[in-house]
This record gives sequence, structure tokens and C-alpha cells, in this order.
Amino acid sequence: MLVGVLETRKIFGGETETAKMVFYLLAVVVLAIFFTGLVKRVIEYNHGRRPASFSWLRRRDARDIPEVSERPKFASSLVTIAANKTVTKSRKKVGISHLLLFWGFIGLFLATSILSLDYDILGNASRFITGHTYSFFQGPFYLGYNAVFDLAGLAALVGTVLLVYRRWFSREIQLDYTRAQRPEGGYSRAKIVIGDQVFVVGLLLILITGILIQGLRIDGEGFPSFERWTWLGYLVGKGLVTLGVGSAGARAIHAWLWWVHVGMALAFVAYIPWSKAWHMLASPTNLAVRDLATTRRIPAPPEGKTGYDSIDDFTPRELLGFDSCTKCGRCHAVCPARTAGAPLSPRDFILDLRQWVDRSRHIPLLLDTETRPVASGPLAGDGQLVGDVIVDKTLWSCTTCMACVEICPVGIEHVPTIVQLRRSLVDRGEMDPTLQSALQNIATQGNSFGKSARMRARWTKGLDFPIVDARKEHVEYLWFLGDFASFDERLMSISQTLAKVLNASGVSFGILFDDERNAGNDVRRVGEEGLFEMLVEQNMEAFSKASFDKIFTTDPHTFNTLRNEYPSFGLDKPVLHYSELLAILMFTEEVAPRSLGRRVTYHDPCYLGRYNRIFDTPRAVIAGLGCDLVEMPRHGANSFCCGAGGGRIWMDDSYLEERPSVNRIKEAQGLGVDYFVVACPKDYAMFSDAVKTVGIEDSLKVIDIVELFAEATEATELVDV
Amino acid sequence: MRIVVAMRQLADLVEELEVNDEGTDIDREFVKFVSNEWDEAALEEALTLKDELGATVTVVALDEPDVDQTLYAALAKGADRVVKLTGNDPDTWVRSRERAQRLASFLAGESFDLLLTGVQAADDLDGQLAGILGSLLEVPHAAVVVGVEGSDSKVRVIQEMGGGLLGVSELDLPAVLGIQAAKQTPRYAPISRIRQAMQTGEISEHEVELSDASAQVKVRRLYPPESTGAGATMLKGSPKEVAAEIIEIIKSKGLV
Amino acid sequence: MSVDVLVIAEAVAGEVPDVTYELLGKGRELSDGFSGELALVLAGEPSPQNLFGAADVLYSMSGMEAGYCAPQWEMSLGEVIRSAHPKVVLVSTGTVGIDLAGALATQFDGVLASYVIDAVMEGGSLVVTSQLYGGKLLSEVEIDSFPAVLSVVPGSFASDVGRVVGEPRREVIDVGGSLSSAKGIAIELREPDSSGVDITAAPLLVSVGRGIGSKENVELVAELAEAMKAPLSASRPVIDQGWLPKPHQVGKSGKKVKPTVYLAFGISGAPEHLEGMRSADVIIACNTDAKAPIFEVAHYGTTLDLFDLVPELTDQVGG
Ligand SMILES: Cc1cc2nc3c(=O)[nH]c(=O)nc-3n(C[C@H](O)[C@H](O)[C@H](O)COP(=O)(O)OP(=O)(O)OC[C@H]3O[C@@H](n4cnc5c(N)ncnc54)[C@H](O)[C@@H]3O)c2cc1C
Ligand code: SF4
Ligand code: SF4
Repeated sequence: MLVGVLETRKIFGGETETAKMVFYLLAVVVLAIFFTGLVKRVIEYNHGRRPASFSWLRRRDARDIPEVSERPKFASSLVTIAANKTVTKSRKKVGISHLLLFWGFIGLFLATSILSLDYDILGNASRFITGHTYSFFQGPFYLGYNAVFDLAGLAALVGTVLLVYRRWFSREIQLDYTRAQRPEGGYSRAKIVIGDQVFVVGLLLILITGILIQGLRIDGEGFPSFERWTWLGYLVGKGLVTLGVGSAGARAIHAWLWWVHVGMALAFVAYIPWSKAWHMLASPTNLAVRDLATTRRIPAPPEGKTGYDSIDDFTPRELLGFDSCTKCGRCHAVCPARTAGAPLSPRDFILDLRQWVDRSRHIPLLLDTETRPVASGPLAGDGQLVGDVIVDKTLWSCTTCMACVEICPVGIEHVPTIVQLRRSLVDRGEMDPTLQSALQNIATQGNSFGKSARMRARWTKGLDFPIVDARKEHVEYLWFLGDFASFDERLMSISQTLAKVLNASGVSFGILFDDERNAGNDVRRVGEEGLFEMLVEQNMEAFSKASFDKIFTTDPHTFNTLRNEYPSFGLDKPVLHYSELLAILMFTEEVAPRSLGRRVTYHDPCYLGRYNRIFDTPRAVIAGLGCDLVEMPRHGANSFCCGAGGGRIWMDDSYLEERPSVNRIKEAQGLGVDYFVVACPKDYAMFSDAVKTVGIEDSLKVIDIVELFAEATEATELVDV
Repeated sequence: MRIVVAMRQLADLVEELEVNDEGTDIDREFVKFVSNEWDEAALEEALTLKDELGATVTVVALDEPDVDQTLYAALAKGADRVVKLTGNDPDTWVRSRERAQRLASFLAGESFDLLLTGVQAADDLDGQLAGILGSLLEVPHAAVVVGVEGSDSKVRVIQEMGGGLLGVSELDLPAVLGIQAAKQTPRYAPISRIRQAMQTGEISEHEVELSDASAQVKVRRLYPPESTGAGATMLKGSPKEVAAEIIEIIKSKGLV
Repeated sequence: MSVDVLVIAEAVAGEVPDVTYELLGKGRELSDGFSGELALVLAGEPSPQNLFGAADVLYSMSGMEAGYCAPQWEMSLGEVIRSAHPKVVLVSTGTVGIDLAGALATQFDGVLASYVIDAVMEGGSLVVTSQLYGGKLLSEVEIDSFPAVLSVVPGSFASDVGRVVGEPRREVIDVGGSLSSAKGIAIELREPDSSGVDITAAPLLVSVGRGIGSKENVELVAELAEAMKAPLSASRPVIDQGWLPKPHQVGKSGKKVKPTVYLAFGISGAPEHLEGMRSADVIIACNTDAKAPIFEVAHYGTTLDLFDLVPELTDQVGG
């Protein structure tokens, strides 16, 4: 091949040997700082408490909780990370900007690495061995390299500009750093804002200078025609010419701008482990090792303890999680506690823990920290983890709705950590008096209502057919009602309706009568692990006395614990929710409902939808009843909690500015529907109260899905007769 | 300060209570027994005094159904020692007088400054424990106590006198107090702590022989009151008439 | 004639409570059955002077300290009982009765029946009905050995029978001398602290619900509560609207109350509310909706408009 000109360029922009030396020295220092930070952090994670089974690392077989475990295979985690799936999931525009930036910078990093491979490794090695310096950074490779990586540069530039623009001009609640829990002596998050700006604007400047020096170089070299392949630099160079920067001028500017670019890039690398930029490494790692099963199945307390009360209690995954938080604020935006004005924001929760851990472990964060005139909470050295660093009320405010976990782009699991901290409060006996009496009732009577266990089946009175005692007779389905459906006066008639529907369709079902106990889902999430274990023992004992093939529950909370938590205590029967049973009846044509022709909306219960991914089944039932389903803006995985979960229903909520249930009803108010359909007894209690508070009980009726079902099927029977 | 708390088990009022075949006692076979709620207040007051002043807290109870539960819970909450007095038939109704005698027999061998117990229990037909016990031990006593402030040789007690009026007095030690309410709601004993107490804690047993069980009031009949039928009696008439009737009802309860 | 029945007047702060007249009425009936005398014992001078005509004898314990001290009362009453030698002592299950009934019975080796709601003579013995297990069961006891102490639930007997104008024979017993050996001293009587409401302790509660409509209207019910010297309580919506502060809330997420009488105005009776008050002894509900669930737990009800009823009640109580 005839080679007229060698298609390549000089590395170091043709600088002198001294300059080279300076650069290498700088690079060594930078890498030292970077690796110091990296090692410090990794050691810190390594410090974490290893839960008994190391399950945070080893992905155990998740057969016991099939579709909800979401413990992805390593490959699929890689896809998730590569496609920025979690970032894009709920916010398309931001996600795409991030994706451009993400791949842009990966491209540029690769470009630099290839260059280093050629120049530092191949070049030096070949010179050392053969005395001759080899390089592949020339010819077609050089041309392709430039064409491809200029594209990366452009992608990074576009993504970064969009994100900087959003940082500057967006007024979204996500980016509002106001704390949900206001410390007494005040606080400032100005440094966090500066940290954000340094991060994105820093990236932008590095990019811009990088592209400029490319243009300046090509301009300085007089636009060799092969540099057309370096299309971005070529265009920029041409642009510079029109601005009057001639070849000599370009060379002069290039000489110092190169140093500016390199200086900034090196400084940035050194900065990474000491700042928000660390998420670039922490977040993907966190996503790769995440295990969403822990929210569905709350882990045990640390060995020999009742809950978290020291820094040593956090697991490596939790510590990594804290560092992964990018302060994107998505969890802050969706959290029902924060929305209601409670002193809890999952974002602040994670940030506080991160600051406290960094402070306690002496890992300095340069910016990205909150400051307080009077050191308190996570910023004080002497506080207790539970009570000072995270205050009681913050912990008690969580409804364990899982909205934060669902939306977090970096795979942080807030809920299990909150529960671990709550456990310490319970151990110290520090809780709302109403919660205390609920727990006491559950401990003595087995239900939160404090009624005699023998009253559990009182709801069956007045039915004109007997309910089978599953302890005496084999049934296909064991019906586990839960406390609300058994004891709440308003809900007892709904339980009756469900019994009638099942009876009319010839379903073989029975109940445990006075042997049923509270299943303990919320007891566990309140942090009363001992009581939870006791309830599990009692219920397992009751199950062993009964004969059945499957279980179905009324309460989604009960459903969650029976389905996801009881298997580790020996339960090996399939567990269904009654909405699934209704669907089975409908689609096996056991019943032929008439078409109701109503306009309704449907509220996804957290523990049915988000937790157990049952979104479509209730909707299919509603559609099958001939109802026109109008979705609320927040539905499906993004459903908004009613405020009852995680034991909140037993606690005082008068300090809230607006109850989540009221907020939700207002969301439904404008839809023009007659019915607000629920599939959870607690939802029924919360929302029938909320429609009154909003004052629209006459126009929006809260109705259980089985009532809707009965309305449609009873009529069929009438026609048949 | 040495504090003894006398606690007891009681049929859970949440349960439907049935009368035995003889019609003289509740049917004890199927009812659930829980600790008397006022005794829980007494325990709480003792533990608060322990937190404030430093004290040893001993909990003592007769042998009654599920009493171990209550004693272990007391340990979990912070009691230093728990004692079960045996010698009574756990399945019969122990009257207040006999209960007091049994406790007095145990206390004869204990030195203590304060004995706290609940102001009442739902079945103390023959009187409330504190007064009887105080009289048997010949020490000062007071009941319906809502505040206790201890010092070395005296205790200051605040009693609820009705109508919100509070009576403050000072008693020599040792003294017996019937607690109506503690300074705070009784603390919660996490189940894990109770279970731990069951494994590591110890209930010491102390047998009490009663030589001269005094005569007891004889129950001729125990029966449920005639139910007034479900639903409210509706008051009819003009506002004036209804108001007069309502006031009459309130007055008949000794109020207003 | 000897004294057969002795009524203890629980006039700690000077004022004789209603229940003392109830006991006098019942005591009259019992002492007539024994064909003996009825005596009343009182700390200090009688006031009002002339309303104890039901009794034959009036013992005034003189020399008692102001205020209330259980050991002192025990000692003083002991002296009176020693000298009067009654067959039956009547006291109420108020603080004095709970403090002393058991101690006195023990001291005089007598029998004691508590939570008494009825007592009748049958032949030579006394048949006593008591309320046990929070009123879930009644017990009937026959007492044929005396002395006997009966501690009576207030409101069990009519008080007008006992309120008879007349001047019983007066006997003054000076207890002052021996009191110095009592193992306690009275310090003071404290007036109720009206600032911190404690709705859980009050025997009478006036409760208001969303039916009241507005904050201004709450004032109307507050007046009634004041006239009845009862605290004001409320359902949650009233608290939510900021019409009353949180400590007034009754129910699941508020306080559990167990007053003797619970007056509910404009409260529908949602399960969460009932959870907090259904064990009140007497529930009286006012709600314009005859189908309101509150009527299922209430003992008495009216469908009158609360705006008509409440001022009328205030008038009658005040007047
Ligand atoms: C988790 C949870 C916890 C809760 N905790 C509590 C709690 O602790 N305490 C509590 O009270 N509630 C609680 N609630 C709320 C409860 O569900 C009811 O919404 C509430 O008790 C209703 O209050 P109300 O009876 O005052 O109002 P409403 O139900 O609106 O009843 C008002 C009543 O006033 C009557 N009325 C109107 N005008 C008049 C008039 N002029 N004269 C007479 N009557 C009139 C009406 O007929 C109606 O029956 C809770 C709810 C939830 C979901
Ligand atoms: S689980 Fe729900 S309530 Fe709790 S922090 Fe997360 S979003 Fe907030
Ligand atoms: S925890 Fe997750 S969702 Fe919340 S701010 Fe941090 S990264 Fe965003």
C-alpha cells in the first residue's frame, strides 16, 4: 500500500520530554489519590456485617419466591446497567440524557485506555525489547478510532448539557433539597448543591475543552484531509477558523488549553472516590449485587442482637447502597410519608446514614455534605444511631409501601434498613401507645383488635350456610382472613359477601376459626421480630392441624408474608390472593357475571402490586365485570400508598399535614368514576374514611372488588331462577 | 429502696365468661388468664422508681394459670427477682383475704420498703388487696394512688379523691400502696426479651401453708345480668323532656 | 337501742357527696330490718346541718387534720366503730372505701363485700348482690355473721330517700389525741388541674363528632361540658379539623376511655371510634340519623338535633 502521509497524530500534542514527565508524575499522584479513596471505601464495605449466609453475594436459588424475587442473573444485571433501565424506567427524558452521558463517557474512557495501551504499554515494551517503537495508533485504525470516539464525545456532550440544563432550571420536587425532618438548630445543604454542580459542570468543561483541543490541533495542523474522519474536531476547527483563529493561533491556544483539559480530567479522577462521582462505580456495583427479595422478606436481626444500633450492623450491601445514592430524589418525590408532611424522606434517610458512616469511618467527603450550625444527628459524633442519627419519628413514619425501593435507579433497599432500625426502638420499648396496645393485643389475643380469639369467626353469623372448619374436614382452599376482615364491623359484611360468592360457585374452602392468628406481616415490619416469630409458630401449628391444598388470603399484607416469608419457616402450600381466586372463577367460567357497565378506578394495594407484582389479575376481573377502568395517574407499580402499611394503621397520624389516603382520593376525584375499587381490607377502612374527609362520599363510593363481583353475579342468579 | 410488687392473674375480660355448673364461680377451664391491668401499672411504677432512685424490684404472685408468663414478662421489663407462691389450688378462686394472708406469710420473711399492687381486680368480691394486706402487716397503706415519690424513710403518695381532687399525704415506710395509674403507661416487653427471660431467668418458688384460713364470703349464685337487649333505648319527647331524662340517667350514676 | 348500721360519709373536702345519701337511704332500710339504729360518721362538723335526718346518731370525728391521710382515717374510724359497735358498715367504692373497707373488716374480723349494688334483709341475714368482672357477672352472697362491711357502687340506690331533713343525736368523738401515733400525715388537697385534660380518668365525658359542623359550634358543647364539670372529648374528624387538640381524641388512634357515662353528640359510631369507648358503663348518643351505628352500642339514644338538645341540657344542668 502506498502511504503518502502517515495518518496519525502526536500524543501529548507534541509536547516536550519535560512536559511528559510532569504529566506522568501528575498521573501517578492522581491514581494514588484515587486508589486511596477506592481502597478506603472497599475496606469500609468489607467492614460490614456479613449476614449469616453471605446471601448478599451469592445468589441463592429463589424458587421459594419466584416472580417477585427479581434477583436477576448476572447477565441480566449487566443489561440493566448497560441500558440504564432503572434510570430510564420512570423518567424517560432524564434516563435518555443519562444514557447518552453514560455511554459517551464510557466511550471516551475506552478511547483514552486504547491510547494508553498503544503509547505507554506497546510503545515502551517494544522499545525495550526491540529497540524500535511500535504503534498501532495510525492508518485506518486511527481514522476509525477518531470517527467512533468523536461520536462518543458528542453523545456525552449532549447528555451532559441536558442534565446540566435540568439541574439549573428544573423546579421538580426531586431536586428540592429541603429536608423532610428539620433538625432543631437548622441546617444547610448548600455544599450538596455545589457538589452537584461541580460534578456535572466539571464533566461538561472537561468535554468542551477536550473537543476544543481536538479542533485546535487540526486547525493548527492545517486540516490534513484524513482528519475529516475526526469529524467533530474537524468541524470545530473549521468553526474556529471562521472565528478568526488561524493555524498559528490555534497552536498557541492548544499548547495551554491541552494542559487545562488534562489538568481537569486528572483532578476529576482524583476527586471521584471523595464525592458524589463515586456513584459512577458504586451504583452499577450495587445494581449488580442487589437482591430485591430482602424487602419482601425482611432479613433477620444481626446475630445475637435485636436490631441495628451500631455502625457495625450494616451489611456491605447496605453500605455500598448508601454510597450509590445519587440524590436523584425520585424516592423523595414518591414517598407517601414525605408527601404527607411526615419527617421522613427515603433520600434524606440514605444521605444521613451515608454522612454518618463517612464521618464515623473518617472518610472525608469534599463537597456533597450537609452542614449544620450546631452539629446534630448524623453530623454529631456522639449520637446514638437510632434516636439521634435517625430520629424515632422518621422511622415510625414509614408505611413500608416500597415505592422508594421500586423507583430507586441504583437499587437501594430502604425498607429493610428502616425495619432493622425500628427493631431497636421496639427493643427499647419506645413506641406510640396505640402501637403498643396493638402489639400487646396481638401477643395476648392474636389480633390487633384485642378481641377474644373465639370471636374471630363471628363474621360468619347470619350466613345461611355453614363455613367449613378446615381443622375437621379437608378443603381445597384454606381461607386466611386476617384481622381486619374478621373483626372490623364494616368489613365483616364484605367477608360474608366473599363467602357467599365462593359458596355459590361451589368452591371448596374452609377457615381456621379461633386458631387463626395475625399473620405478622406488619408486626414484623414494625420491628417486633420476637412477636412475629411467635405468630409464625402459632399459625404453622394451626396449619398443621388443618387439611388443605392451597391458601388464599383477604389481606394483601398477610398474602405477602405467607407467600414470601412463611416458606422459610416451613410453609409449602401455594398462596393466592382472593382477587386471583375471583379471576379463576371468572375465567374457568364457574360464574358468568353480567356486565355492570360502570366507570371505576382501581387502587393497587402496595403489598399486592409492588410487592407481589399482581397488577393485571384484579384489572382483568374488573374488565370481566363489564366495568370501564379509568386509571389514576399513579397506578400499577407506581401506585400511591393508602398510609396503613408497616403498622402505621396502629399509630397516631394526626401530625400529618394531609393523610396519604386523602391525597389519593383527591387523585381519583377528577376521574369521573362512580366507584373506587379496592382489594384490601385496610384500604377499605382508610379510603371510606378519606372520602368523608374530602366530603365526596356521595359521589365516589369505595367498594371492594368482591362486592363488585357479587353485584354482577347475584343478578345472574336471579335471571337464572 | 426495696420494692415488692404483688401481681396476679385474672380471667381475661375480653373473653366471654361462663359460670360453672354449681353456679358459684366462673368456669375456669376454658378462659384465658392474663395479668391484672392495675398490677401492670404497679409494676411500671416500681420500675420507674427503680430507674429514678435505684431500687430492687421483686415481683411476687400466687400460683395461678399462666402466671409464669407474667413473671417472665416482669423479668424482661426489668424486675430483679420473681417469686411464685405455691400451696394454693391454681384452679380455684382465691379471695382477697386469703390472697393477702398468703402474701403476708411470704412478706414476713422479706424486708421491704414499699409493696405495690394494683388498686383493684375485677373479681375482688371481698375487698381490695392493698387495704387488707396493709392491715394484716400492720403497716400504713393507701389505694387509688396515682403518684409515688419515695425518700429514705417516708413515701409521699398522691391519691385520686374523686371529682379530680387529689389527696397528698406522707406515709411511714414500709407501706402498702394500691396503684391506680403509673407515671407512664406500662412499658412494652418485646417478645424476644420475654423469651430470653424464659431461657435465662429464674422463677423462685416459695411454698405457703395457711394454717388458719379465715372464713370466706360464700357465693350463693354467680350469674350474668339480664341483658337489656341490643340497641339503645330511644328517648322520646321534646328537647326539654329528653334533656331532663338524660340528666336523670347521669344523676343516677352519682354524677353531675 | 344499739347502732346496727353505720354509714361512713366520705366528706374529705367538706362536701358530702351524693352517694352518702344513697347509703343513708339504704342504711335506714337495713337498720329497720335489724330494728336498730342508723348512724352516720363524719369528719368534722356536719354541713349542711340539717340534711341527715335519716340517721339516728351522728358521730363527728373531731381533731382531724385537714386533707386526707389513709392511716389517720383508718385509726379514727376504728375508734368510732369500737364505740358504736355496728353490725353493718356502709361505705362506697370511692377512694375512702377502697382504702379502708378491707382494712376495717380485717381489723374487726368481719366479712366484707365489695362492688355492692344491692343489699336486702332475708330473715336474720343479709343478701348482697355485687358486680364482678366489670359488670359482666353478678354475685349473690349471704352474710349471716357480723360485723359486715359493704362497699357500695355509687349510683346503686336512690339518694332522695336518704335526704331527710332532721337533726340526729350528736356524738363527738375526739380522735385528735391518738392521731400522732398514726403512721402518716396529710399534706394537702390539690384542686384538679384543668389545664391538662385527661379524658381517660373522668367518670363523665361529653364527646362531640363531625356532626357539630364547625369550630365555633364546638363552643356550644364545651359550655355543656363545663356545666357538667366533665372534660370534652371528640371523634377524629374534630381533631383533624383542628377544632380540638389531639389529647381529646377518643378511638383507635386516640385514647381508650371507660367513663361511667359517655355522652356522644353527632358521632356516627365508626368502628375506630367505638374501639375507644364501647366499654363505657352507660353510653348516651344523640344523632339525627336513626340508623347511625352508634345506636347499636349506646344504651340510650335520641334522634333530636344536637343543636336543640345541647343548649337545653346546659340550661337544665346549670339551673
Ligand atoms: C386507621 C384509622 C384510625 C382512626 N382512628 C379514629 C379514632 O381514633 N377516633 C375516631 O373517632 N375516629 C377514627 N377514625 C375515623 C373513623 O373511621 C370515622 O371517620 C370517624 O370516627 C367519624 O367521626 P364522626 O362520627 O364524628 O363523623 P361522621 O361519621 O361524619 O358522623 C357525623 C354524625 O353526626 C350526625 N349529625 C350531623 N348533624 C347532626 C346534628 N345536627 N345533630 C345530631 N347529629 C348530627 C350524622 O348523622 C353523623 O352520623 C379512624 C380511621 C382510620 C382509617
Ligand atoms: S417504603 Fe414508602 S413510606 Fe417508607 S420510605 Fe419508602 S416510600 Fe416512604
Ligand atoms: S435513594 Fe435512590 S431514589 Fe432515593 S435519591 Fe438516592 S438514588 Fe435516588
